[in-house]
Amino acid sequence: MSLVNIKIEGHPYQVEAGLTILEAAKRCGYEIPSLCTFNHGECNQGSCRVCLVEATGARGLVASCVYPVSEGMEITISSPKAVQARRTSVELLLSNHSTECQQCPKNGKCELYYAAQITGARNVNENGAKTPATVDEISPSIVRDTSKCILCGRCIARCGNAHGLSVLGFENRGFNTIVGPAENRSFMDSPCILCGQCVSVCPTGALMEKSEIGKIDEAKRVGKYIVVQTAPAVRAALGEEFGMKIGTPVTGKMVAALHRLGFDKVYDTNFGADLTIMEEANELLLRMKNGGVLPMITSCSPGWVNYAEYYYGDQLDHLSSCKSPHEMFGAIVKSYFAEKNGLDPKNIFVVSIMPCTAKKFEKERPQLVTNGLKDVDCVLTTRELGALIRRSGINFAKLPDEEFDQDLLGEYSGAGVIFGVTGGVMEAALRTAYHALTGREHDLIKFEQVRGLEGIKEASIDIDGTVVNVAVAHGMKNAKILMDEVRAGTSKYAFIEIMGCPGGCVAGGGQPYVKPCFLPDEDIDILDTYKQKRTAAIYSEDERQSVRQSHNNTQIQKLYAEYLGEPCGHRAHELLHTTYAARERFN
Amino acid sequence: MARLSESAVAKISEICGRYVDEPTPLMMILSDIQNEYGYIPLEVQEIVSEKTGISVAEIYGVVTFYSFFSLKPKGKYVIGCCLGTACYVKGGGQVFDKFSEVLGIKGGETTADGLFTLDALRCIGACGIAPAVSINGKVYPKVKVSDVPDIVASYKNA
Repeated sequence: MSLVNIKIEGHPYQVEAGLTILEAAKRCGYEIPSLCTFNHGECNQGSCRVCLVEATGARGLVASCVYPVSEGMEITISSPKAVQARRTSVELLLSNHSTECQQCPKNGKCELYYAAQITGARNVNENGAKTPATVDEISPSIVRDTSKCILCGRCIARCGNAHGLSVLGFENRGFNTIVGPAENRSFMDSPCILCGQCVSVCPTGALMEKSEIGKIDEAKRVGKYIVVQTAPAVRAALGEEFGMKIGTPVTGKMVAALHRLGFDKVYDTNFGADLTIMEEANELLLRMKNGGVLPMITSCSPGWVNYAEYYYGDQLDHLSSCKSPHEMFGAIVKSYFAEKNGLDPKNIFVVSIMPCTAKKFEKERPQLVTNGLKDVDCVLTTRELGALIRRSGINFAKLPDEEFDQDLLGEYSGAGVIFGVTGGVMEAALRTAYHALTGREHDLIKFEQVRGLEGIKEASIDIDGTVVNVAVAHGMKNAKILMDEVRAGTSKYAFIEIMGCPGGCVAGGGQPYVKPCFLPDEDIDILDTYKQKRTAAIYSEDERQSVRQSHNNTQIQKLYAEYLGEPCGHRAHELLHTTYAARERFN
Repeated sequence: MARLSESAVAKISEICGRYVDEPTPLMMILSDIQNEYGYIPLEVQEIVSEKTGISVAEIYGVVTFYSFFSLKPKGKYVIGCCLGTACYVKGGGQVFDKFSEVLGIKGGETTADGLFTLDALRCIGACGIAPAVSINGKVYPKVKVSDVPDIVASYKNA
């Protein structure tokens, strides 16, 4: 690694050659405002012109996000010319931007608002023409409002990098340019998997999850019995909504908050995850025993299921027929739980707190209706739960730690917790499959080969002489590699786990935003480390559990003994399994 | 979505195949398709996407960026009225308006019978014969507003 000598504001520094001025300045303790750049050049168009600085050797001002440092360069951020230029850039963006900042759901987390604040942008002429805007509220997951778009291109880059999809693109020309799916279609009429990765990088309110907080108010108003469940990844990130350091597990405070929000029961989706493992591990063993379709592929991630239905409609028999954990949980609440408590299933309202925007779509799937009732009625993202808690006057940091309700569906194993990270479902399934085949617990418990953030992980597990080859992928770019092998018939695996979002659910599209400009207390490399930090929070909860395997969850055992019968049995199939259907990409 | 005929799919695939060795083949492929069919609808973009691995959104972005590419079929006769500086000061605007009135369509539109498309052009390099009109490559010099109905009629009756 070669170093170059530069000066910033007259102070000498040594930095790595090849860095952009923006990155170099950041490492030297300066914060140049920027909008279109993101995550070490994941998006780097140099188009917003908000990061302009003076640099010797360059003609005029340069966009620091794309201009590399060189030996002897002297950089000036604070000259009147540079300050004025950055301010003008922001004012020009604002002049073609929605002015409804107070009503905007991004209020308080908008990077454009922040840039306006720190550059001192004030003198905005709002009387000129504005680009004709599109508001797409059709999908249950994501709202696109182009009146708030600054054409930074981050969403386009993320969709391409995470999934190789680029469902979003620039369209039209000049002043009429907008960002959207081809033909300016709705997300619902294009092959978007609704994962919400675009939402997580959008600097403004142009891409947002579709809020369902109002549905909870309505359910309370009409006197529904409300059962809430929380996905494993939520507890690893919810604290960030309240200024806590990334990676702080807040399970106890989250439960305390939910108890104070007026839900009748507060449960953990981990129970549903344990149930999923019971079904999925047994489905795998049945397929292996009966010569069924292999490899079997997990079906927990609705983003992945959407992708499979759009792009691998001819391979859907590889997907496990298991519903995802929160849907299984909903189905059990409206049957077993209702029966045990003498409740009318029609009067039960199931709310899922998820790290995911695709779950909002999933709950609307016609295949996930049991006995005429939707398994799950409402899905909130982690961010929406943060908003709900703030709205309700609860001081999150001051809450005590409380336990999930323990009756009937309250117990969960460490295997359920690790569903929130890439490789977690695989590891949980292996713990139970090993037991089902051998009658013994795996002496290691941990299956290290499937942990970590590599795009594709492989492992071979020797189960009493039977070698089971497995693979784990996250992000559709990686999934495609495995799926092309499956389609070609060359896949050597028996079982594959696929998660929609890179990093798994901890980095889901519904998780708190990781925007360095709003996280002054985090390390400057937080965009490189936040997934590991949240993942560590999840694994630490697994370690703390006394029960680490789904089949050792006593309430799961009781549920099978009293109600479901055998895993993959008749009643389990009615309640816990589902079907898939190929979908047209542009219908 | 409407499905393309097998021969159209084969033709588009063949066009994509012409440029497999190009690092950035998209513009060339789209130009050839525009020349072959006169327009590039989404169904065609989907095939180009499958063949090249470039996303449909990106292809759509390119098609809508360049005015040479069209998403809708053009008429049998494409009337290009030059509105470049010389033609404009010589009355090209009125000629354009007269075509619009006679055909009952606005610029960029095609008549319901599919016969005529009206386009406004920016200087076709025929300033000496301004105002100029180009119809399927044939250039009409010094067009007067009163000539327009006869020009249209000559194609209608052709």
